[in-house]
Amino acid sequence: MRSGWRKILGDPVRAFGVVSVVLLVSLAIAPAKNHFSQWRYYQNNYTKLIRDRADAVTLEKRLERGIQQIWLPEQGVVDRCTTCHVALKQASLSDVAEQPFRPHPPIPHSLTEFGCVTCHRGQGPATNVHEAHRSSLAWEEPMLPARYIEASCGQCHLSPLAGTPRLNAGRRLLAGDGCVRCHTLKMADGTVFQGTDDPPSLKHIADKTTREWMFAWIKDPVAYSPTATMPNFHLKEDEIRDITAFLVAQSTPLAAAAGRSSARSAANSGADDSQAGATLYGQSFCASCHAVQNAAGNLVGGDLGPELTRIGTKAKPQWIEAWLRNPAAYDPETKMPRYRFTDQQIATLTRFLLAKKDDDLLAKVRLAEGTAEQAAHGKVLINEYGCASCHEINGVRKPENFAPELTRVGSKGFAQIAFPPNVPHSLPDFISAKVRDPRAFGPSLKMPQFKLTERQIDDVTTALLAQSERAYTQPSTMRVASSHDTHYRPAGKAGQLMDDLRCFSCHRINGRGGDMAPDLTWEGSSVQRKWLADFLRNPETLRPALIRRMPKFNLTDSEINTLTDYVMTVYQTPAFDRDIAPAGPTPALVEQGRQLFYGKYACQSCHIVDPAKDKGYIGPALWSVGSRMNSSWVYQWLKDPQALRPGTMEPNQHMSDENAKAVTAFLSSLKSAPRAAAAKKGGGR
Amino acid sequence: MMAMRIMAIILAFGLATACNSSGPQNTQPATVYGSAIAVSSGDKQIGASGAALDEPVVVQVNDAQGTATPGAAVVMEGPPGVRFAPVTRLTDSSGQFTTVVSLGGQAGRYQLAAVTQDRGGKRFSAKFDEIALGYQSMLGRQLNNQYCDRCHNPESTAVRVSNFDNLSAKPHAFSEGDVLNKFTDADLTAIISQGGPALGRSAEMPPWGYTLSKADMQALVAYIRAVSDPPYRTKGVVYAQVH
Repeated sequence: MRSGWRKILGDPVRAFGVVSVVLLVSLAIAPAKNHFSQWRYYQNNYTKLIRDRADAVTLEKRLERGIQQIWLPEQGVVDRCTTCHVALKQASLSDVAEQPFRPHPPIPHSLTEFGCVTCHRGQGPATNVHEAHRSSLAWEEPMLPARYIEASCGQCHLSPLAGTPRLNAGRRLLAGDGCVRCHTLKMADGTVFQGTDDPPSLKHIADKTTREWMFAWIKDPVAYSPTATMPNFHLKEDEIRDITAFLVAQSTPLAAAAGRSSARSAANSGADDSQAGATLYGQSFCASCHAVQNAAGNLVGGDLGPELTRIGTKAKPQWIEAWLRNPAAYDPETKMPRYRFTDQQIATLTRFLLAKKDDDLLAKVRLAEGTAEQAAHGKVLINEYGCASCHEINGVRKPENFAPELTRVGSKGFAQIAFPPNVPHSLPDFISAKVRDPRAFGPSLKMPQFKLTERQIDDVTTALLAQSERAYTQPSTMRVASSHDTHYRPAGKAGQLMDDLRCFSCHRINGRGGDMAPDLTWEGSSVQRKWLADFLRNPETLRPALIRRMPKFNLTDSEINTLTDYVMTVYQTPAFDRDIAPAGPTPALVEQGRQLFYGKYACQSCHIVDPAKDKGYIGPALWSVGSRMNSSWVYQWLKDPQALRPGTMEPNQHMSDENAKAVTAFLSSLKSAPRAAAAKKGGGR
Repeated sequence: MMAMRIMAIILAFGLATACNSSGPQNTQPATVYGSAIAVSSGDKQIGASGAALDEPVVVQVNDAQGTATPGAAVVMEGPPGVRFAPVTRLTDSSGQFTTVVSLGGQAGRYQLAAVTQDRGGKRFSAKFDEIALGYQSMLGRQLNNQYCDRCHNPESTAVRVSNFDNLSAKPHAFSEGDVLNKFTDADLTAIISQGGPALGRSAEMPPWGYTLSKADMQALVAYIRAVSDPPYRTKGVVYAQVH
């Protein structure tokens, strides 16, 4: 036995020596690892970097050696990033491009209160480069690529922020491009994303358009309209044939459209008429909401309503007439106001719209009468592709949870993802690949092809990455709540009228409505009654140079009275009393105001009072402001414009009471437009 | 040591994929060679860090006689984080190559290059600069669009008529580095906050100090510095770099 040991270990003294050395070396491993650790290397390099700088002493003093840590137990933050990133707070190193020594760019949050991983992800407690930055078997969440960084803002900030244009755009796309109609998406505060797009009901679709048009549209929506929201489902032609057969079969005729006799025969036609149509289209400011492609292929007009370039190929004449007469009869939820058109006007406008067509679109579409069998198969396909998630269809129920919920998709585990070839194994790459080309994940998948630019894909990816686990698990006190429109509805006769005119499609009042036109919450305090009545009668008097502007609704005198009374009584600011004028305008005060206007405050750089001399083009023309605005409003406005209209462009000039009174007196003295004014343009928005 | 080596490999791989991640590569070999390359459009753009620039970059390859060369291979080069879609392709029938550039996540000036080779493998490159705005300067750009641009930008667009020509004292465009670089941050802040008269200039520049916050004005100064041409130098131009 003994000789056996001796054989293996040799001389016992020598063996003891070897074992001792091995022991010593193994004991030295830990201190050596510590000594040669990456963070020590970086801290030493940092000392070398700052040695020759002017503020070396200060920087050296601020350098804290050893492992550093930001510990925020409530937020689950244990971040040792500052061990290597030693200069995050040293603004004087802004010229240093070398990492890990760059200072953090200015942001509105303190690094010590939020830590690093809250925004950048990665493994906070790690103390070597790879473990901290990248994913491993034990840590799935690598650092977030910088181009998606706004996703992290979205974990707490649930409403749009000035500093996060990508996130805002991404969330707008999720709500406005139909994503949330199939995918449920809840914000961290429980708010469910609501679709802001307006997919039409298909219950009376056969009144509106032909089966041929439906066929061309479903085959490729973009061929009809480059601004189409509907994605491409890449369906086969016989599938589309069957779907359209069902859509025609399920459509019920709407009484309103059928009842009225055609007005077209009542009017003459010809070149004069098409000119009249163009004029009426212009006067009614249809272009405020609807775009049309011009000869150069550019879209001209607003995007509140659908594009009308090829409307004559789509809509049936009787339907256009009925729609122009009363849009809400076909679509109670429409944003389009009811213009008070005469039959003659409706006929003219209908012919004008019907002429906007593109015969090539339907040239190759030949469909035989749909059979019951085809319609039945069409219904199966409609259920299969979830068409009813967006559209109301007779006999098809809106599917629940049609597509996977995206509420926490920003922390989706790798185990749940089947990466197709050529997609790098990271969550942002997965999400953007899926949004870019859903069918690359399998030809049998139902998700359609959306038409998005690369930038929009990044925007959507950013918004989805904001739906992270952290957004739900962090303390709710960190959340900045999502903003909602109120449910404000004006009451009574005026309320009905405002609903009929769809004022809220463009104007915002008491927290509800669109943003195309001015907020009217305090309109009654701001304008004079007579001016408002005249304006409603003929809206072209204000800012005639604008392309997108208030249309003329052809209101009756009694309607105008109802609206004016309501606005003047109800839409009043509590901040001041409209009826107490700031000062009686004496000629001396008016003259003093004129001098301040042109001298100290140089108001003519943005406003025009005398069209012969002033050129300012930004604010509205002021030559008749004395007969338009209430003088106490003018006074309060001069004192603090943002208090009356947050975000308005006019700077607060910090006027003294005396100066504001004088300028108010001057402005109130401007009662009517000078003769030359008619020829000049009135200024932009 | 092994761990270090693996890490180095992973890092190198990561950097390599970061550079070439955009789109399918064109493996077609060039059959035609040019001997000059120039940027036709898309240089000196200002975009958000990490986002695609508004306009694509178009480069043109010419031969020794100065005529356009279709079918020449062009490769785009830039620091990691910059994405080109596509990163390489043969020039089209008019001798041009068009690519969409997304700048890296770091704010700053990016120096990029379009490279082509002649038959002998000699490289010809056209260098160009693009600017990526970070959080603060993006905020500044938004404020600029809301409050400043209408007067300070002499160009009119279809939806935005410039007020520049209507002013008797002409405002400086924010890219006018020759003039604005001479102002200190404090001077710029004073003129934004108190208006032109603060530095003995026209009252047509109104005071914004009662409308904008201090952070807003800092953001505006950051934006003005970021877009100035020639660049604003505190300690020499710093380009976004390879790390």
